[in-house]
Amino acid sequence: MTPSNKASLSRRSFLKTSALASGGMLIGFNLFNACKPEAKVPLDISKLNFNDFNAFIKISDEGIVTIFSPNPEIGQGVKTSMPMIIAEELDVAWKDVHVEQAALDTKNFKRQLAGGSQSVRLGWKALRQTGATAKQMLVSAAAARWGVDVSECSVKEGIISNSKGETLGYGDVVNEAATLEVPEDVNLKEPKDFKIIGKGKRNVDIDKIITGKPLFGLDYKEEGMLYASVLRPPAFGQILESFDASQAKAMQGVVDVITIGEKARHYLENHLEEDKYNGWTAQMSPSNKVVVLAKSTWDAIKGKKAIKAVWKQDSELESTEMHDKVLLDLLNGNKFETKRKDGNIKSAFAKADKVIERIYESPFLPHNTMEPMNFFASVTPDKVRLIGPVQTPEPAANVVSKMLGRDIDQVSVEMTRMGGGFGRRLYGDFVYEAAEISNSIQKPVKMVSTREDDMTMGVYRPAIKYKIAASIKDGEITGYHLKEAAVNVNMYGLIPHFFPAGAIKNYQVDTANYKSNITTGAWRAPYTNFLASAEQSFFDELAEELGVDRVQLHMDLLEQVKNNPEPNIKYSPERLQGVLKLVVDKSNWGKAASGVYQGLSVYYCHNTHVAEVADIIIENGTPVVQKVTCAVDCGILVNPLGALNQVKGGVIDGIGHAMYSDFGFNKGVPQSNNFNTYQLIRMAQTPKVDVHFVESDIDPTGLGEPTLPPVGGAVANAIYKATGKRLTKQPFMDNLNAKKSIAV
Amino acid sequence: MPTFTLKINNEKHTVEADADTPLLWVLRDKINLVGTKFGCGIGQCGACTIHVDGSAMRSCLLQVSQAEEMDITTIEGLSEKGDHPVQQAWKDIDVPQCGYCQAGQIMTASAFLNETPNPSREDIRHAMNGNICRCASYNSIEEAVKVAAEKLS
Repeated sequence: MTPSNKASLSRRSFLKTSALASGGMLIGFNLFNACKPEAKVPLDISKLNFNDFNAFIKISDEGIVTIFSPNPEIGQGVKTSMPMIIAEELDVAWKDVHVEQAALDTKNFKRQLAGGSQSVRLGWKALRQTGATAKQMLVSAAAARWGVDVSECSVKEGIISNSKGETLGYGDVVNEAATLEVPEDVNLKEPKDFKIIGKGKRNVDIDKIITGKPLFGLDYKEEGMLYASVLRPPAFGQILESFDASQAKAMQGVVDVITIGEKARHYLENHLEEDKYNGWTAQMSPSNKVVVLAKSTWDAIKGKKAIKAVWKQDSELESTEMHDKVLLDLLNGNKFETKRKDGNIKSAFAKADKVIERIYESPFLPHNTMEPMNFFASVTPDKVRLIGPVQTPEPAANVVSKMLGRDIDQVSVEMTRMGGGFGRRLYGDFVYEAAEISNSIQKPVKMVSTREDDMTMGVYRPAIKYKIAASIKDGEITGYHLKEAAVNVNMYGLIPHFFPAGAIKNYQVDTANYKSNITTGAWRAPYTNFLASAEQSFFDELAEELGVDRVQLHMDLLEQVKNNPEPNIKYSPERLQGVLKLVVDKSNWGKAASGVYQGLSVYYCHNTHVAEVADIIIENGTPVVQKVTCAVDCGILVNPLGALNQVKGGVIDGIGHAMYSDFGFNKGVPQSNNFNTYQLIRMAQTPKVDVHFVESDIDPTGLGEPTLPPVGGAVANAIYKATGKRLTKQPFMDNLNAKKSIAV
Repeated sequence: MPTFTLKINNEKHTVEADADTPLLWVLRDKINLVGTKFGCGIGQCGACTIHVDGSAMRSCLLQVSQAEEMDITTIEGLSEKGDHPVQQAWKDIDVPQCGYCQAGQIMTASAFLNETPNPSREDIRHAMNGNICRCASYNSIEEAVKVAAEKLS
């Protein structure tokens, strides 16, 4: 695949420039959508309007470049990598580039969210074209001033030179450049000429992070702000019956105790049906909640503990035991929806020499972002200001405006840096709670959650079980049948077209679900975070059954896909083969030292191809993951430093949750509420992650999620080699009779 | 409410708070030093780590009434210009992802290296085991502690 170096979007519609009243040039552009023909770039940067453009670049007359990036930063690194792409084509020194998280006017949002590992992939072309266009206009301005042809000019780090050896900085010509017409066609660099892309750049917020500057939602405060702690039903299925706040109200730091819920009910009754933000309000309940308002966080937390509440049952109080039973019943039943069907599974299974069938099981998981859910809201007669860590500002503004019966123009949302997301901050419970509280008292308020609140008010990864069956005939896999039973929602539409779709003639994916009152949602790499582990364990068994090498089995299946191309599959067989070869080469596959057991996994999701080998040893009867070799094909590597962090983090996160983390319910009550009973992986349990990227000049794809899903399979397969035990149920450690060590 | 006088980052602060208020919330809400982070409130995650008389402590477990007379250092006071060798190492390695836990990690690492100047890999992994990083930047933290140890020696 040869990358195009010509811009191809309609340029007039996605990019405009203007001369700033304060000097310099402002470029408005749109990463994902075309703009309206009448779109205008403001003359004043305080009036940035994200309706027409969703990002802006300012080039000052000192040649300093400021990029206003509205994309939320949750630790995935886009606040660094997206500006790098602009700076590359603009041809400026990275040190002359400043990045600002833009303040947002939500009325004017277009696709500003962090999710699905898509920011860099979708922004790639637009970001490059924007940088290249600005550069071309600056060069044209310099050429005009010199009276030479543009072709005689060259640029290096923001300095334009001509063939006579004269030079002009971007700042010298920026005011003239801003008056030029935006060119229709610009040349993009060849990847071989990249100077910033492909070179590791540090997190743009690094200095603030290491010195403890206020950055996060929990750090944000305003004069006169109160702290609010919310008492919610302790069990899913319960609602508030009554409460006694006399003791709390008598506390010195407590300002007031109120209830909220009326506005949420108003929304549920009047607006839920028109709610296009499917899931954003998943947790909205008609129950009243008790809110303690206090002068400090601690006063609010203490006040809440002093509330005596009585709860009553409103719907079923569900337990893990019951979920296990319903999901297994679903898997063994016939209430499925077929998501993909190739050939004839029934006939393949009937004619088979052998059919292998396994069930794989995973628990609910909370997200446990290190920064617990919180949000600032200030509701006054003329304005609703919402500030804090949220991955989805657009629904925040819309839902709150409807909930409070306010014009959308009166609602603004600003995003802080987020202390982790993993999907949790796609949902908005903490935003509308804060808004309803502030609306009730007409004062600025910060809704704060304790860890206990955070872990028990989750939008959890749902418990899911898979039944996978394959038929073998004459030494070949002739049929593959995947059944999914999930709580609440099933896999999204692309997943049935991932490997092994296209590689096995008779192939079928069926799904069924059980509707629970426990709120569930996206969790880093939704669905594949467990599916990959299950399928990659299953393929290990298949290879063993067939008596073929695990790597060879995959290479052969992928070869068949190459020979019989199937237009609907989402992965590239060539690129999956590429990462397999690379991981085999780098991991010493098959040649591990005595006492080291290796397991392999290879997977495609979120547009990125990944292969992983886990090396484990057995220490005091317990498996210890020593090393994971990870081969990744994400196309062009934008920021190798940030990419390494994402890959290593994804792998270790995946190991932690596959091996240790468990979350259950008893009569609707979550069975863990803090890190003394819920285990997250800690440093002593972490392997070294050895990362290798496939060299590529294909357009980049995302890295926030794709290295997590396969690793569970690699670990399970390695444990099998060491112990002879096939682990089909997560967390693995619970099935190894291993000693649990949760707390420190 | 009673008042307490605290010595934080070499400055005296007098605050009014309930005696049982964790120092964490005094720092964050009353003195506006928000670099010390709240993660769990029960001493399990390390996000709130500070130095008390040079040793790493969880500020969520230390009550304000116990903190008088103590020499308290927070991330804001670890170095004047953000250039403590541990901070420099964090920057060299580009450790943070979301960044929320990193102040606590840095405070744990800097107290540890003060007591253990030439740590082994196992020493580092043991010393840092009380600090959770949900982004799982553990490989980079481990590397940065090693780099900082070299800078300090």
